[in-house]
Amino acid sequence: MKKNQLIENIIHGIFLLLGLITVGCVLLITVYLVISGIPAIKEIGIADFLFGKEWASTAAQPKYGILPFILTSIYGTAGAILIGVPIGFMTAVFLSKMASPKVKSVMQSAVSLLAGIPSVVYGLVGMLVLVPGIRKVFKVPDGASLLAAIIVLAIMILPSIIKMSVTALDAVPKEYEDASLALGATPVETYFRVSVPAAKSGIAAAVVLGVGRAIGEAMAVMMVAGNVPNMPDSLFQSVRFLTTAVSSEMSYSSGLQRQALFSIALVLFLFIMLINVTLNFFLKREKE
Amino acid sequence: MLNQSLTPRRKHYEMLMKALMLISVGLTAALVLFLLVYVLFQGIPNITWELLSTKPSYLTERIGILPDILNTVYIVVATLLIVLPLGVGAAIYLTEYASNKKVVAVIEYAAETLSGIPSIIYGLVGMLLFSNSMGTCLMAGALTLVIMNLPTIMRTTQESLKTVPQSYREGAFGLGAGKWRVVRTVVLPGCVDGVITGCILSVGRILGESAALLFTAGFAHAVNGLITGLAAPGATLTVALYVYAKEQGEFGVAFAIAAILMVLTVIINFAATLVQKHFAKRRSI
Repeated sequence: MKKNQLIENIIHGIFLLLGLITVGCVLLITVYLVISGIPAIKEIGIADFLFGKEWASTAAQPKYGILPFILTSIYGTAGAILIGVPIGFMTAVFLSKMASPKVKSVMQSAVSLLAGIPSVVYGLVGMLVLVPGIRKVFKVPDGASLLAAIIVLAIMILPSIIKMSVTALDAVPKEYEDASLALGATPVETYFRVSVPAAKSGIAAAVVLGVGRAIGEAMAVMMVAGNVPNMPDSLFQSVRFLTTAVSSEMSYSSGLQRQALFSIALVLFLFIMLINVTLNFFLKREKE
Repeated sequence: MLNQSLTPRRKHYEMLMKALMLISVGLTAALVLFLLVYVLFQGIPNITWELLSTKPSYLTERIGILPDILNTVYIVVATLLIVLPLGVGAAIYLTEYASNKKVVAVIEYAAETLSGIPSIIYGLVGMLLFSNSMGTCLMAGALTLVIMNLPTIMRTTQESLKTVPQSYREGAFGLGAGKWRVVRTVVLPGCVDGVITGCILSVGRILGESAALLFTAGFAHAVNGLITGLAAPGATLTVALYVYAKEQGEFGVAFAIAAILMVLTVIINFAATLVQKHFAKRRSI
């Protein structure tokens, strides 16, 4: 009997360890990023690092200001949200409330497909369709620009926004809608004035999720944004994001330059953590 | 009719909203269709047997993607072999063993945090954690992907464990079985569907991953066996696509790989839906 109890306890311990792995991973990632990100920030100075307008890591007098990357990431994400959210939101309302079951199921598979396409494929199509297109339409010398990145990001966040909004809208109790219809509102009025407000936490969560996706995307953006560390003064400027700043110099960097790349990753990580907290706030409200 | 009794303002609102919805749905549908057709049209003519069955050679200026296909298979196998026991174990702990609600909340919060971290950060941490100690190799890439896919496997397994009726467990306990025996004989068989769904989703994620692999698994194109392959650097299909398109300007090859990835994505999505439907039906009986 005692031996059995011992075995049970050991197995319980093993499962406890497995359960705690995710916690360990989060701690490990945080600790590693902080440890490797702090030295360069200390050496460059936090104000010069965060608000320096010039990034010239390989110059004789290297400059490590990441304001251009921060602003580009913020503008790029905001642009993607501005385009992606209205389209995604309207699509979600249609799929959840108006579409026939057949249309809904076909469109949902299409949206899943959109979510599953690898980011390098988006990058490739962007490189060969979007970039030359922007060059021709707007008559600029190079189409690899902030605008190209914004469009690609808007497409890439579309599936997360649609999927999450549809789930939230589907969960609205039918009684709410019936009551509104019985009071004489048209179906469309009911969807937008009753169902949408009832699902607003879920829809807000969908938008925040989209922000997270957009700010974290690296490869597709790397292929269409041109990658020059300019300040994002215009939509047609070749720009570098926080994510692409890390990946474009990592393979040949060394010394302080390499450490500065880790500091950029730390800044990106802090952004993501902030977004995660916001997302959890909305998800919790949605559950209630 | 009802519509005729509406004021003009309400009528306009109705029409405007309907139009906006239809335009949005149309745009989304057109986008998916365009991507699918464009990539397949550009890619399929470039897929030849020679491309699929050889490795790149600078002498004959030939490009082959056999090593990239093999590397992708190796990295999928290695990742799944490691992540499955970890993820399933964690899910079993959460649903069967954990009695402290705070511990459960902390673990679930950690899993959510993991799934929100962008892959470029995984790539960086993977480089520091694994590649610096074991060298740039497929195994380092696979270990990085293990951390990335852990939340997926955990969540799908947890969901299927929740559908195992409590009475099964109680029955087994009542017959005198110990906790471990109940887990092994009653709970584990019940989570097969969650594990399969999790595997399919993870395979999709691994196939599409590139940013996390660039600095951990490298971008070599050598044909290796499974064991030597895992210890050597190598590009998966997505990484190879990136290198061919961005660094070498070989768009034909890039589109061929993109078409292959697209077809695989369609198959994986289809399989995931099919499996979920199958198990939902079985459960309802």
